[in-house]
Amino acid sequence: MLKFVSRRLAYTFAVLVLVSIVVFIIFNFLPIDPARLTCGKSCFPALIEANRHRLGLDVPWWEQWWRFIHGLFAGRSYAEGSAAIVCGAPSFGYSFNQHSCVTTLIGQAFPVTFSLAVGSFILWMILGISLGVLAARFKGRMPDRIATVFVLVGTSLPTFISGLLILLFVVLKFNLINPIEMGQWMSPFTNPWGYFKEFIFPCITLALAYAATYTRFTRSNVIETSSEDFIRTAKAKGLSSGVILRKHTLRAALSPILTIAGLDFAGLLGGAIITEQIFNLPGLGRLSIKAVLTDYDLPVILSTTLLAAAFVVIANLVVDIAYAFIDPRVRVA
Amino acid sequence: MKPFLEVKNLNVSFPTEDGNVNASQDISFDVALGETLAIVGESGSGKSVSNLAIMGLHNPARTIISGQAILNLETGPVDVITAPAETVRRLRGKAMAMIFQDPMSSLHPYYSIGDQISEAWRLYNEGNKKDGLKKATEMLDLVGIPDAARRVNEYPHQFSGGMRQRVMIAMALVNNPQLLIADEPTTALDVTVQSQILQLLRDMQKEFNMAVILITHDLGVVAEVADRVNVMYAGKIVEQAKVDEIYYRSLQPYTMGLLQSIPRVDQIDGHRLKTIPGQPPSLIGLPAGCSFRARCEFASHVAGDLCATVAPALEEKASKHLTRCHLTSAQLADLNTSDVRGGNN
Repeated sequence: MLKFVSRRLAYTFAVLVLVSIVVFIIFNFLPIDPARLTCGKSCFPALIEANRHRLGLDVPWWEQWWRFIHGLFAGRSYAEGSAAIVCGAPSFGYSFNQHSCVTTLIGQAFPVTFSLAVGSFILWMILGISLGVLAARFKGRMPDRIATVFVLVGTSLPTFISGLLILLFVVLKFNLINPIEMGQWMSPFTNPWGYFKEFIFPCITLALAYAATYTRFTRSNVIETSSEDFIRTAKAKGLSSGVILRKHTLRAALSPILTIAGLDFAGLLGGAIITEQIFNLPGLGRLSIKAVLTDYDLPVILSTTLLAAAFVVIANLVVDIAYAFIDPRVRVA
Repeated sequence: MKPFLEVKNLNVSFPTEDGNVNASQDISFDVALGETLAIVGESGSGKSVSNLAIMGLHNPARTIISGQAILNLETGPVDVITAPAETVRRLRGKAMAMIFQDPMSSLHPYYSIGDQISEAWRLYNEGNKKDGLKKATEMLDLVGIPDAARRVNEYPHQFSGGMRQRVMIAMALVNNPQLLIADEPTTALDVTVQSQILQLLRDMQKEFNMAVILITHDLGVVAEVADRVNVMYAGKIVEQAKVDEIYYRSLQPYTMGLLQSIPRVDQIDGHRLKTIPGQPPSLIGLPAGCSFRARCEFASHVAGDLCATVAPALEEKASKHLTRCHLTSAQLADLNTSDVRGGNN
């Protein structure tokens, strides 16, 4: 087990290094010059070059990469003298567009995205799995049909439609949130009700889309498992149908769902761009889309990309380890 | 004393879009405690279907079952076909148990062997998990799994096929059932393992004094363990007799055909192995007359082509020897002594 985990950890680490290198290479080859963007109409070559040096863009990409990695562990400082800027470890660099250390920006955005991801995860798992189990149990009857309609609607409605519908016809129509307050981070500790109001609707929006997929997946897995020989054995033992469903069918049917659930959750931690945009939530998705589309802000792009990749590979690792506890056949000697 | 299980006129059919599949029709037999009844027949002849009905393991929404299957329990007779589902459930695992063909897939892959046996035991006995595991260890020991105390904590994938079938037997027997239905218990196993499992079943039957129904298509297995035999064809019992009667004095052209199609080591070289020509009929909308007529080489011996119009009834044509055939007992006995048995015995 220890060997398995350490091997997977090494693999995770390698993937992250690779992702960071790829991001640097792509950035380096893009036909846009971030140094040129630092000054407006009054630009002259000497100023651009000076800014290039300040941004650290005057060295080859591998050296930029190395500075970034070094900064992650040792912190990083920009410019000299009275203009010096220091971003302590772990430093993801300094955003010259937002005049802030990227670590600080991420620190502000992450709680928003995290709340959104956790909230919608809980909602979609409960909704998707229970609806899927009901549909499987009453296959071909009313609950199954309701679930089918739900799956159809949920999978065909993109979040930018369902989110807008919820925003317009629920949130704003019934004045559930003061539009001025939207987009401000509310701490769950000091203002739990405000926090709940701010996040429940975006969470529902995201959860609807995911729950539809999970309903379908749960339904088909439960139906498939129900026809397994070991379920017949459980019946032949004299177990009641409730026990068979809970202990035998669900145990086998839901284990594969864990895999995709872990990855979906990790994917959301990287930022839910559309939902954050619709509900004006200052999360990682908003941070990264702004960096890409308007600011061309390398340190931010790099950090959000790396972070999203890190979530996915770490989730992969966690799922694999968890799987070993769930399925004895995976337990490696 | 009444036999433990009495099955009377049991019919099982599955409604489909093309019509009802009459998987087993008019099945009547009984099994006493300590007795082994073998049910033989080809795939689709209704062997498993009728026994799954006795166990109450069919999906009631997709099956039509009629007739009776009476368990003569100490507390009185119970007809498991008409009894409420909950009553039948409380008999499963306790009064009647079943083991299945494929031990590889019949155990839950996520639970340890001990958990699975102990779950069955704790359903009908007071005791905590520890008692259950202790009981499971005893049972594993009983069915001949070496080092039971250690293996009880292992998972199904750590066992071989034969060992898994032993586990299935241990699990089925943990509550001392009076009836054990073994549905092709050796079909998925190696030949050497097969005979071990059969021996185990025989030992367990002695130990627990059970009525055993052994479903198989292997006539070798039947000869080895059965007291009495039901031969099934196209959903019906076509011959019912003691095992020796079946093997040496069969009164049923189908059974004779089956026996002749067994390869023999003492057969002379170049001798062509006999087969039964044709295929079993579809169980949807069986034609009138005998289901075996199209494949029967003796149909022409019956006057007036009765086989095509009238389905033969299951009649006693020798002492305690029932068969479903229009040929007279004299004709059948004659076939038996002539060359149809390949000149042997």
